[in-house]
Amino acid sequence: MKTRKNLPLIVKYLIVAAVYALFLLAGNLLIKNKVIGLYYTKVLMVVAINMILAVSLNIGTGYLGQLPLGSAGFMAVGAYASAIFMRKVPIDPKLIFPVGIILGGLVSGLFGLIIGLPALRLKGDYLAIITLGFAEIIRIVILNIDKALGITLTYGAANLKNIPKTTTFTNAFIWVFIACFLIKAMMNSRHGRAILSIRDNEIAAESCGINLTFYKTMAFVVYAFFTGVGGALYAGYLGILNPSGFGFAKSIDILVIVVLGGMGSMTGSVISSAVLTIVPELLRAFSDYRMIVYSLLLIIVMIFRPTGLMGTKEFNPRGIMDFFMGRKKRKEER
Amino acid sequence: MLKVDNINVYYDNIHAIKNLSFEVMDGEIVTLIGANGAGKSTTLKTISGLLRTKTGGIQFMGEELKSTAPHKIVAKGLVQVPEGRRMFQNLTVEENLEMGAFTMPPNEIPDLKDDIFRRFPRLSERRKQVAGTLSGGEQQMLAMGRALMSRPKLLMLDEPSMGLAPLLVDQVFGIIAEMHSSGVTILLVEQNASMALAVADRGYVLETGKIVLSGSGKELRESDQVKKAYLGG
Ligand SMILES: Nc1ncnc2c1ncn2[C@@H]1O[C@H](COP(=O)(O)OP(=O)(O)OP(=O)(O)O)[C@@H](O)[C@H]1O
Ligand SMILES: [Mg+2]
Repeated sequence: MKTRKNLPLIVKYLIVAAVYALFLLAGNLLIKNKVIGLYYTKVLMVVAINMILAVSLNIGTGYLGQLPLGSAGFMAVGAYASAIFMRKVPIDPKLIFPVGIILGGLVSGLFGLIIGLPALRLKGDYLAIITLGFAEIIRIVILNIDKALGITLTYGAANLKNIPKTTTFTNAFIWVFIACFLIKAMMNSRHGRAILSIRDNEIAAESCGINLTFYKTMAFVVYAFFTGVGGALYAGYLGILNPSGFGFAKSIDILVIVVLGGMGSMTGSVISSAVLTIVPELLRAFSDYRMIVYSLLLIIVMIFRPTGLMGTKEFNPRGIMDFFMGRKKRKEER
Repeated sequence: MLKVDNINVYYDNIHAIKNLSFEVMDGEIVTLIGANGAGKSTTLKTISGLLRTKTGGIQFMGEELKSTAPHKIVAKGLVQVPEGRRMFQNLTVEENLEMGAFTMPPNEIPDLKDDIFRRFPRLSERRKQVAGTLSGGEQQMLAMGRALMSRPKLLMLDEPSMGLAPLLVDQVFGIIAEMHSSGVTILLVEQNASMALAVADRGYVLETGKIVLSGSGKELRESDQVKKAYLGG
């Protein structure tokens, strides 16, 4: 790695950001000119939201080697926190939406801290059960809190309505970028190496002086934060929330995306979010058989690629550049 | 340097360590020998902060460690090489060493690494190889090298010769002697009593969680009790 001339990091980041900005611009043009209709614009928003949810869950499953089953819970926390704020605040919702999104992430991250700190201290696979229970409790609390406390906050089963529909193609995909960028930066830092080393061997990590509880909790809170961000975007996309939308099935949907993409590969999570969101839409022609075809596709992929589409590999633009410039592929180091 | 003072350690209701006290002085090699299940690993884990004692205390360079977190104990220079050579299987030899220096300032890592590669030419040859594919002996070297990356003041080794061929056992003990001569104090846990007592300044014999005998390496090697139970004759 060190022998190859590298572009300065900041230049690399600027190039990536510029390419991404072009992608956003192109998308916007296509939407403006009705090449991409309203329906598919909405599908793309869901793609973006699923990407955020999947790259966050991938921190927990792929990088941390745990199995959090509570994405729906953190999503619900982020969605409701942001939606309640957006409904109340007397400022142009388009302007204030970033604040609503970050608020959703922060509240969800706080819940992540409260759940993660005790759960991750335990050795073994308690996290799956604890997060599963957490998500159910959150759903039931949202359903009943108004009645129980005699307030009007979530409106329970009666739907939280009139949430400003502020999620757009552009802001959803900007948040995809922010999530991927920050998670990547974290994983490339010394903190990221500590997180990965815990997955690799807890005892060795501990003997190297790595604070297991701290790093596990840190990864878990980042997972909760971005899942909350995804929830906030989801609220701004739907405009109406009902607790029944945040059941166990929602958590499983996201887990399936991550597993199909390859646990530990952010690229895999991103690709798989797009595939698993768009394919069911394309299968609408099959109407009743849609879910059967979808499930069959999943099974087939998992039989032929049990580690997911990408395994733990990442997309590397250099690989493509090398290919086109006829450079020899770097020898695999691992 | 290290003073273990009347500790009692339990696994739920199993009383694994009973009123155990011993000391390691600056610059010594001290060995803890005993049969399977005597409580050797339990003792080291308690010193590392992975298990807690119900009574007494553990002082390292005058500081009480009884309730200090494991990662802080490592940062103080008290480092354990755990039983069974725990590697980061998916990382290369070099990356494993870098993880060993997690508590060190990043700018010192290159020098530390060079130092380890000088001591272990074998690791140097294999610096780009993933740890999971190393032989048992190489893994033990890597485990010791990784521990040395944090410049420990006291290194605790848990059965470094376990599962190694005689030639490699000699090599590992050679490395231990060399680490010691470079100024590292060593607490060595072994089942290979003859080798351990040969390199050690002092030793303790552990049986079912209690110290039953102690003395200089030479004294213990010549004691009838040790000869009968641990040296096969
Ligand atoms: N996690 C655990 N839970 C319950 N009992 C344990 C646990 N770990 C160890 N023990 C028991 O504590 C006693 C001491 O074990 P320890 O591992 O310290 O022995 P040891 O001297 O290191 O043995 P060996 O030479 O086989 O490594 C044994 O009786 C063992 O069965
Ligand atoms: Mg042991």
